[in-house]
Amino acid sequence: MARSDSAAEDREVLDAEDVQRALTRIAHEVLERNKGAQSVVLLGIPTRGVPLAERLAERISEVEGSQVPFGSLDITMFRDDLRLRPARGLGRTELPAGGIDDAVVVLVDDVLFSGRSIRAALDALGELGRPRSVQLAVLVDRGHRQFPIRADYVGKNLPTSTRETVRVLVAEVDGQDAVLIGGSEPRSIETDGETSS
Amino acid sequence: MTRHLLSAADLSFGDATLILDTADELARLSDRPVKKLPTLRGRTVVNLFFEDSTRTRISFEAAAKRLSADVINFSAKGSSVSKGESLKDTALTLEAMGADAVVIRHGASGAPHTLAHSGWIGGSIVNAGDGTHEHPTQALLDAFTMRKHLTTLEGRKVVVVGDVLHSRVARSNVLLLATLGADVTLVAPPTLLPVGIDSWPCAYSYDLDSSLAGADAVMMLRVQQERMNAAFFPSVREYSRRYGLDGDRMARLPDHSIVMHPGPMNRGLEITAEVADSERAVIVEQVTNGVSVRMAVLYLLLGGSDSALSGAE
Repeated sequence: MARSDSAAEDREVLDAEDVQRALTRIAHEVLERNKGAQSVVLLGIPTRGVPLAERLAERISEVEGSQVPFGSLDITMFRDDLRLRPARGLGRTELPAGGIDDAVVVLVDDVLFSGRSIRAALDALGELGRPRSVQLAVLVDRGHRQFPIRADYVGKNLPTSTRETVRVLVAEVDGQDAVLIGGSEPRSIETDGETSS
Repeated sequence: MTRHLLSAADLSFGDATLILDTADELARLSDRPVKKLPTLRGRTVVNLFFEDSTRTRISFEAAAKRLSADVINFSAKGSSVSKGESLKDTALTLEAMGADAVVIRHGASGAPHTLAHSGWIGGSIVNAGDGTHEHPTQALLDAFTMRKHLTTLEGRKVVVVGDVLHSRVARSNVLLLATLGADVTLVAPPTLLPVGIDSWPCAYSYDLDSSLAGADAVMMLRVQQERMNAAFFPSVREYSRRYGLDGDRMARLPDHSIVMHPGPMNRGLEITAEVADSERAVIVEQVTNGVSVRMAVLYLLLGGSDSALSGAE
């Protein structure tokens, strides 16, 4: 991790078990709200939304006994801050075989901050098909929205100051599950969602 | 940071890998209902072609349009260039029109370099083939095609056969493949190998049959009759017997190996129709991959506030 020196000051807000419990609760909420898992498709936003979407799909499948399709949705090309920073590599967009037409798409991301990532995700989704409805699941909602966007499923509401950093660690990417809140490192709110490196 | 793509030698291993990985993602776009991205909306890409070209120009045009850029096609025929306008005045005109990128093909080696370093133009310059010098996006699409079929280029044996002397494709390929870790062997009659070939990062041979043993990919080059101003080989028939790829030679290649050609092909000269139409030939696929690779290059040069390519040491 590039920021290992400051990691020592990071405070753990959710540990691995808390993350597990939050995901299990979200899985049940998705089922409750949609009255089952029929036509639900989970799409994770790279990097850390993707393993979270996969885990949610697993949990929903366990409860319902049927497979729930999941995939990933890269938003890099649709970001509104693309021209504020040097061009960067792309993540993967991988749709389940059935596509997303007429599906209930649940977008999955690690942190909800300004809402700009989600706006980009909605644009990206529009190029791929026409879902019946779109819902949003996030592990952490840290506030400071800049768009009229809210999450349907929230693992943890985390009131923060804009000077703080929130980092979500996911076992598939970082080797462990945790949510960390860091010291007042000055950062731009434009870099929403990119919580690490 | 390097804002231009002038030579395959400008690309570090990281740059080349980033372009190929980005092209990998962009290639998936062709399976989607909407084959377009909004990324370069409002940017202008000029295709400045002083030499005839079909596939490269169309490929760059398709790539720019799929990224929503505005494309202006400029070909020397029927333009003020045929009235004697200089490269400088043409460049100043394009600059005045607000070109964010200029894709240039020119008969003179070094023309893109001149354009990039002259101060006539502020945008990014992409070399689409200059004289007998370089054609970096062709090398990138070849590497992309090989990587797809051979999973990696590290340690793979690539044989490039034919008119190396006049081939910008061969030069760019040798430079890029060396960066990516492939072992390249050039095969040509002595008259069609350039002076100073010993300093290139590759091996060379005058004998095709011995070089083909264990080849993972064979790239046949076009015999460029339009650039041949002297007798480089005794007869077409002798050339195709010694250096052409026919069914017998192809049958002796390893099962997994692929046959490539940058096009346009001289069927019956450097490659027989049997080989060109065989399952091993990935020549049509190269054209498809060309669009993805050129999209990746345009995106990485123009997509952000600055280029994503760091440039070689």
